[in-house]
Amino acid sequence: MSAASKAGVTELVRKTGLTGLFFVRLLGACIPALARPKLIIAQVYNAGARSLIIIMLSGLFTGMVLGLQGYDLLNRFGATEALGTAAAMALLKELGPVLTALLFAGRAGTALTSEIGLMRATDQLTAMEVMAVDPMRYVAAPRFLGGLIAVPLLTAVFNAIGLYGAQLIGVQLLGVDHGTFWSQTQSAVALKDVTEGVVKSVVFGAVVSLIAVNEGYHAEPTAEGVGLATTRTVVASSVMTLLLDYILTAAFM
Amino acid sequence: MTDSQTASPQGASDAVIDVRDVHYAIDGRPIFSGLDIVARRGLITAVMGPSGTGKTTLLRLITGQIYADSGLVSVFGHDVGTLNGPQLYAMRQRMGVLFQNGALLTDVDVFENVAFPVREHTDLPEPLIRRLVLTKLEAVGLRGAARLMPAELSGGMARRVALARAIVMDPEVLIYDEPFVGLDPISLGVILRLVKQMNDALKITSVVVSHDVQEISSIADYSYLLSEGRIAAAGTPAELARSDSPTVRQFMTGSAEGPVRFHYPAADYAAELLESPQ
Repeated sequence: MSAASKAGVTELVRKTGLTGLFFVRLLGACIPALARPKLIIAQVYNAGARSLIIIMLSGLFTGMVLGLQGYDLLNRFGATEALGTAAAMALLKELGPVLTALLFAGRAGTALTSEIGLMRATDQLTAMEVMAVDPMRYVAAPRFLGGLIAVPLLTAVFNAIGLYGAQLIGVQLLGVDHGTFWSQTQSAVALKDVTEGVVKSVVFGAVVSLIAVNEGYHAEPTAEGVGLATTRTVVASSVMTLLLDYILTAAFM
Repeated sequence: MTDSQTASPQGASDAVIDVRDVHYAIDGRPIFSGLDIVARRGLITAVMGPSGTGKTTLLRLITGQIYADSGLVSVFGHDVGTLNGPQLYAMRQRMGVLFQNGALLTDVDVFENVAFPVREHTDLPEPLIRRLVLTKLEAVGLRGAARLMPAELSGGMARRVALARAIVMDPEVLIYDEPFVGLDPISLGVILRLVKQMNDALKITSVVVSHDVQEISSIADYSYLLSEGRIAAAGTPAELARSDSPTVRQFMTGSAEGPVRFHYPAADYAAELLESPQ
């Protein structure tokens, strides 16, 4: 192994360790932060409600594409009545949680990182510390909890709109029977499938929010530093979401 | 005047802040090498020095954001280095700090910025918080700006809001980090008067870190001049003004020539200009 590779591995291990330590501190700060629901609700609004439009639009288009592609594929086997089941399974177990997490990282994760990074750069976090207010409790924990709550809710919205999009194309446009579409979906989707999606969305929400808050909290207090931290949030969140998706999918098999 | 590396007022039994023989280095580069500073109760203590001499680092040592490599930093009679988290926070609740840029919370208005420490540390009813905040804003002349957002304030106004926030919990010590930087003459005069008024009216112990010699000399009771990690001189502003120490003279007159180098160490000027680029 070359010296550069060794240094790269060392840096990766160091960063992973620091993120782990930050996560432990964050969890410790979450307990007192729960006593301040107003701060958390404000963050659910900031990170969640403000992401609704992009989530709904993406969900609709994703469902419409599923309707088209699913119909084309199932039509080859004469099984177009299974379109509802196929779309629901794909959305609930994979596309809903994964795409919502990726969109959340791009829309809300970057906003979280840059907001906290700028608070660091303008001494707001230091001012809190000097005023005997722990920024982990006041800034980091409510934002982490806000993201953790918002992602599963956004995933549910994404799934509902996505399924409607698939129905719109499959039933309204391509002529799949309306009753068959919904009855097949209802009978084929089990609680386990829904649970898998919920677990994934919670895990992705936690990971993306942790990465966003951590990167912002430790951003270099300069314009360039905040910009780099924001980029790292998107890259790390996306990679971690896809990696964890594979692990969780395997675990649910 | 004491013109030595260990200059501090004698008989300082009423010392609120006591910094003794402090050594501190960043990445092996020494910032302080045996620093001694005492801030006495009810007085305005000025810490002056050229840029890069560690004035802000000194404030971070006093507020317990960083710890000295060796030596003693004592505040209210407690060694800051030995305080645990809750004790440190209890100590900070007795202090107010005015940051160079104000460091106002940008997502809430002026009123909420000033109310922030009160809401965090007390359970006072809303009407009382309102009265308390408006009183402090009136003291800095910005009661009418209570509902403005920080982005709508000028630099001087932001500094005054930060001052109202710093005094809202009635601290025993007020620390000012470069309070006069970048202000127009009117704002500067207002801030200067406010610093003096806060000290006189509220009997607050004040520590003002600044390199604005004329301004700070007009209100300080005792001044320290920092240079190369140590106290180059200390005394009343009048004593410093009469000093014949080259370092003090250079700083007080703002001369580029003297013991404090203006130019960053570099290769020979002429040689570098004539050198052909590779």
